[in-house]
Amino acid sequence: MIVLSDYLILAALLFSLSLAGIFLNRKNIIILLMCIELMLLAVNLNFIAFSHFSGDPGGQVFVFFILTVAAAEAAIGLAILVVLFRNLSTINVADIKSLKG
Amino acid sequence: MEKLIFYFFAAILLFAATMVITVRNPVRAALFLVLAFFTSAAIWLMLHAEFLAISLVLVYVGAVLVLFLFVVMMLDIDLAPLKEGFTRYLPLGIVVAALIVVEMITVLNAPQFDVVPVESMEESNTKMLGRLLYTVYVYPFEIASVILTVAIVAAITLTLREHKRKLQDVGKQVAVRREDRVRLVNLRREKAKGDETP
Repeated sequence: MIVLSDYLILAALLFSLSLAGIFLNRKNIIILLMCIELMLLAVNLNFIAFSHFSGDPGGQVFVFFILTVAAAEAAIGLAILVVLFRNLSTINVADIKSLKG
Repeated sequence: MEKLIFYFFAAILLFAATMVITVRNPVRAALFLVLAFFTSAAIWLMLHAEFLAISLVLVYVGAVLVLFLFVVMMLDIDLAPLKEGFTRYLPLGIVVAALIVVEMITVLNAPQFDVVPVESMEESNTKMLGRLLYTVYVYPFEIASVILTVAIVAAITLTLREHKRKLQDVGKQVAVRREDRVRLVNLRREKAKGDETP
């Protein structure tokens, strides 16, 4: 029988993997955005697991809203990325330093 | 049997997440992200969240990740400088991730979390979710629609390129007056070459 802690540990593993991905790929904005999506997926898994195991469907509604906001975030983030690449011809985080004093 | 299926999907999900953060090519990373989202949709199905699993596949795999793939393939990226610092930050990343995993497992192995599911959802998942969305959570639902509209407007405004080519504006052409176009200047008469006065 699968208990609640199995799902929570899976979500924690997924979250820490994506956090390690942010540390490793700190130059590449596209991979950073993908890691943020993976983090949101881990959080959604937590919400759904709690919702299922406590019999309260409110958690699934919150997952619905998180999906909405994550889709909006991905769209705007990729639009900013396209504009950035059009102006600077790079997506390297280390090259984006025009505001540096 | 159920536990076996769960561990199978969990292994695929963790493998896909590992490949997303380690592969060199962003296109492959996006494709492994598709695998991760698909597998977690299967795990959500095991948790009786059928509507959200389907919408994860439709919204994420169908729209967001295709957008990722589109952007990755549209931008002509030089991959060599993006990977430097990978091994430099590898120990720090592994240490932080391992600390989080150890802490979370210590907390989550407490006996409070060894609960079994409450069998209370007798009606359809989609029906229940829809009833909640249109009664209790109706204002957050409308705010979500506003957020999506703002996202559409922002994305279009950011990426819209104004036209550089010549366009006729008939209104301006009709409204133009003589003073805007013709400028009268008084020029001194040029003298002939011979009679220059010193």
